[in-house]
Amino acid sequence: MKELASWVLNVCNAGGVQYAEARVVDERQRALATKNGKIGTASDAESLGIGIRVLADGAWGFAATEDLTRAGVETTAALALEIARASATVKEQDVQLAPEKSYVDDWTSPCKVDPFTISIEQNLDLLMSIDAELRAVNGVTLAETNLNFRRYEQWFYNTEGSDIHQLIHQTGAGYAAYSFEGSEIQKRSYPNSFGGQWQNKGYELVDELKLVENARQIGEEAVALHTADQCPEGVFDIVLDSSQLGLQIHESVGHPIELDRVLGMEANFAGTSFLTLDKLNHLKYGSDIVNVVADATESHGPGLGTFKYDDEGVPAQCTPIIKDGQFRGYLSSRDTAHMIGLQRSGGTMRAEGWNRVPMIRMTNISILPGEKPLTLDQLIASTDHGIFFKTNRSWSIDDKRYNFQFGTEIGWEIKGGKLTRMLKNPSYSGITTEFWNSMDAICSRDQWTLWGTPNCGKGQPQQVMGTGHGASPARFRGVKVGTAYKGAE
Amino acid sequence: MLTKQKTFEIFDRVRKYSKADESELIVSGAKSSLTRFANNTITQNVSEENYVLSVRVNLDGKTARATTNKFDDDSIRRVVEAAIDLAKVQEPDPDLQPLPDRSAFDPSGPVAARTYFETASIDARQRAEGVAQMVDVAKKHNLTAAGTYATSESVEAILNSKGLNAYHSQTSAEASVTMIADDSSGWQKANYPDVRLLDPRRLGEIAAEKALASRHPKELPPGKYTVILEPAAVLDLVGFMFWDWGGQAILDERSFLNNRIGEKLFGENISIIDDVYHPLQTGCPFDGEGVRRKRVPLVENGVVQRLVFARGTAEKVRQSEYVDKVGPVEATGHGFPIPNEIGEMPANIVFASPADKAQSIEQMVAATERGILVTRLWYIREVDPYEKLLTGMTRDGTFLVENGKLQNGLLNFRFNQSLIHLLSNVEAMSESVRASGEESFDMVVPALKVRDFNFTEVTKF
Repeated sequence: MKELASWVLNVCNAGGVQYAEARVVDERQRALATKNGKIGTASDAESLGIGIRVLADGAWGFAATEDLTRAGVETTAALALEIARASATVKEQDVQLAPEKSYVDDWTSPCKVDPFTISIEQNLDLLMSIDAELRAVNGVTLAETNLNFRRYEQWFYNTEGSDIHQLIHQTGAGYAAYSFEGSEIQKRSYPNSFGGQWQNKGYELVDELKLVENARQIGEEAVALHTADQCPEGVFDIVLDSSQLGLQIHESVGHPIELDRVLGMEANFAGTSFLTLDKLNHLKYGSDIVNVVADATESHGPGLGTFKYDDEGVPAQCTPIIKDGQFRGYLSSRDTAHMIGLQRSGGTMRAEGWNRVPMIRMTNISILPGEKPLTLDQLIASTDHGIFFKTNRSWSIDDKRYNFQFGTEIGWEIKGGKLTRMLKNPSYSGITTEFWNSMDAICSRDQWTLWGTPNCGKGQPQQVMGTGHGASPARFRGVKVGTAYKGAE
Repeated sequence: MLTKQKTFEIFDRVRKYSKADESELIVSGAKSSLTRFANNTITQNVSEENYVLSVRVNLDGKTARATTNKFDDDSIRRVVEAAIDLAKVQEPDPDLQPLPDRSAFDPSGPVAARTYFETASIDARQRAEGVAQMVDVAKKHNLTAAGTYATSESVEAILNSKGLNAYHSQTSAEASVTMIADDSSGWQKANYPDVRLLDPRRLGEIAAEKALASRHPKELPPGKYTVILEPAAVLDLVGFMFWDWGGQAILDERSFLNNRIGEKLFGENISIIDDVYHPLQTGCPFDGEGVRRKRVPLVENGVVQRLVFARGTAEKVRQSEYVDKVGPVEATGHGFPIPNEIGEMPANIVFASPADKAQSIEQMVAATERGILVTRLWYIREVDPYEKLLTGMTRDGTFLVENGKLQNGLLNFRFNQSLIHLLSNVEAMSESVRASGEESFDMVVPALKVRDFNFTEVTKF
C-alpha cells in the first residue's frame, strides 16, 4: 500500500499541491436476514479502492478509482489535481488547513470474536430460532431478523508524512415483529429499530444482546398494540428510553453541531443549523444536568464513531459539546477549525469508503449519565403522571434542527409512579432548545447504553455513516404529545 | 465505460468457476462527478469510476449472492465460491424460481436509449462553469448560493447461464441550487440524461426569485390550508407509497394497499402509470433478474388497479389467498436482485396530466383565494404505515397566497398528512413534468392544488 501511496504523492508533489492525501480502503461485509422463516438476504460484498484528496490553488479536488495499477492511481491523482484547479476558478477565499502533526501508527478496534469466523450455519440457525419465537405469537404477521458484519481496513498517507493503518470490525443484530389487523400495522423491534444494535465489536455483541430470550415478548407487544389505547394529545411529562434518547441526541444535538452545516456548506441538501457562531459559549442549550460530549476515543466505548484517527489523519478526541447545559463546542475539521478560532481540528472527518471524500461527521455524540444512582424504575416511580416512550418509529426535524417530531413503536402511561396502560402510536414534538431545557432527570451509568446508528445520511453524493450515541433514560417536563395524529382524519 | 462485450468476457470467467446449477452475473457501476458549492465557492469537487460485479448462484433450490469491485480471475473465483458457500448451507426454498431464459429480455423490444456523449464528456472545468452561472446569479442579487452540478455515465447489465443478456447505459446531468438571503431562501433542481437540457442559470434565477420574494417571512398559525405543491414537493410525498405497490408487500401484509386494491382510494382525477419508456423518464428497461419492464397502470381515475410483481412473487401470489384480490398477476419486470426481502416496486412513476384542464402554477395561484404555495419539502417520514400518514417540513420558499396573488413568505410548517387524503383532495393539476426532489426518486408528476392540507406546527424560520 505504501508503494501505491508513493505513486500518488509523487504525482501530487510534482503538480505543486499544497496538500494531498491517499486513503486505500479494503472493505468486506456480510448480510444475513430472514423473513417469515425463509432466507431474505444472504450476501457477501467486498470493495477495494483508493481515494485521493488534493488541495491546490487554495481549493479541493478529489478523485477515486478501483484501478490500483500504477497507471490507474497516477491518472487518478492527476485527475484530482485537475479537479482542484477547476474548483479554484469559483471561490471567495482559499482553504486554510489547521496544522497537524504527522503520525505513523497501526490500530485495530477491540474485537474478541472475528464475526467472519462464525459459520453461516450458526448464524442462520440463530436467526431462524428468533424467527420461530416471534411467529409463535398468534397475530404476528411478519417476522424479520438480521445479522450484519463489516471489516473495514484503511491505509492513510499524506504529504505531511502520516502513515496510518486502521482496522475496524463492526457487528449489527436485531429483529422486528409486525402485526397487521383491521386497519393497523403495528411493529416492535429489538433491541432497537434500524436493524437493532450496532457497535464496533465482533461476534461477542450478538451473544450479549440476548436476542432469542426477548423475542417472544417483542412479538406479544406487537400484537397487543392493536388493543392498546391511542396515545392522548396534550402536554405531558415524558420519559424516553435510552435508545430513543440516543436518536434525539443524534438529530437535535449531533447534526446542528456539525460546523460545515453551521457555515452553510450543507445548505443545499442537509440544511444549516440554528447554532450560529454567536451561540458558542453563550447559548443555554439545555438544563444544568445536560452534559454532552463528542468522543471518538476508545475509552468512550465501542461506538460506531470510535476510531484512533479520523480520515484526514487527526487523532480521535473528546470534545465537550454541552457542559452543565451550556453550549461549548462544534464538530470541526482541519479546514473549518480556524473559522471558530481553534488551533486544531476536532478530528471528526470521516468518509463512507474509499470512493467518498471525508466530511465532518458525528463520532460518538453521547449524553453523560446522571451522577447520582437512578434506575429507570426509580425514574418512573418518581413521575406522577406522564408517558414513557420506547423504540423509535418515525423521526423528522427541520433543516436548521429546531422543530422536531418523533414517534415511537410503543408507549405506556405513567400514573402515580407506575407504568399503567399501553399506548399505541405515541409521538412527541418540540423545539430543540426548549426541549433540552426541560430535562430534569437522567438515569445513572448502569442504565447507560452506547447505541449505534448505522444509517446516518449526509453529503452529496450521499454518504451513509455509522454514529454512536450513549444515553440513559431521561425525563422531560411539559412536552407536547400526540400532535402527529392531530387532524389526520 | 464497461462495454457490453466486456460484460460477456466477465461472465465467461464466472461460468468457468461456477459449479452451481445456475449462475447469474450483474455488473453495474458508473463514472460520476459532482461539484458542490456553498457560500458562492466550490467547496467539494469529486470524481470516481467504480464498477461492481455481483454473482448469484442457484444450487439445489437455494440461492445466494456475493459482490466485488475487483475483476481479476482470483477475485471472480473467490466471489463465486463465496456465493456457493452462502447458498449450500441453507434449507431449500420451494419458492425459488429457476433463472429466466433469454426470452425474458428481448433486446428488440421498446428502447430506453438515454446515453448522450455531450453529458458523458463534461469535465471539471465545464462543471465549474455551470456552477459559476448559478453563483453569478447569486452575486447579481446579493444572495449566497449553495448547490451541486453533477454528471454521470452509468451501466447495468445482467447475464445468466440460461442465455439471458441485458445491457443498459445512460447518462445523467443534474443541477441543484439554493439561494440564501438574510431570512429566506429559494431552491430549484433539475435532472436530465442530456446535459443540453440543463440550464443552471435559469434554475438559479428561479431560486433567487423565490428567496427574494419570501424575505421577512410572517408566521401563520398551523391548521388545514389549501396548498399548491410544486412538482418536487409532490414527488417527495407520493414517493413514500410506491414501496407498498408490489405483490410481496401484500403477501407480507405491510402494504397500505392490503384490502384496498380495486377500491376508489383517490380522487377521480388521479391516474398513475409505471412506464420506464416514457420520454421524460430515465432508468433501465429490465429488472433485477433481467426481466423486461412492462408498462403497468397502477391507478386509473382514483381506483387502484394493478400491482407490480417479480417473477417469484407472481408465482407466490398465484398460490395465495390474494390471487383474486390484487388484479392481474404476472411478472411485470419490477423485481429487485435476488435474494432480497422487499420483492419489487415501481420506480418509473408517471402521473397522467389532466386531459383538458391543466393549470399552470400561476393559474392555480390566480384562482386561489387563500392558500399556501410550497416549493419543497424536507425530512419526510412515515408516521402511520396503513393510513400513509407522513410528517415533514416545508423548506426554501413557502408563500402565503391571498386573493389570487403571492403575498409574502411564511415561516416553515410541519405537516402531518395522509397521502390517501391528499390524493383525494386534489382540486387542480398542472401538466406532468420531469421533476427531481431530495426525498424520493425522480418522477413525472404535476404540480397539485390540494385542499385541507394538514399543517400541525410552525418552526422558527
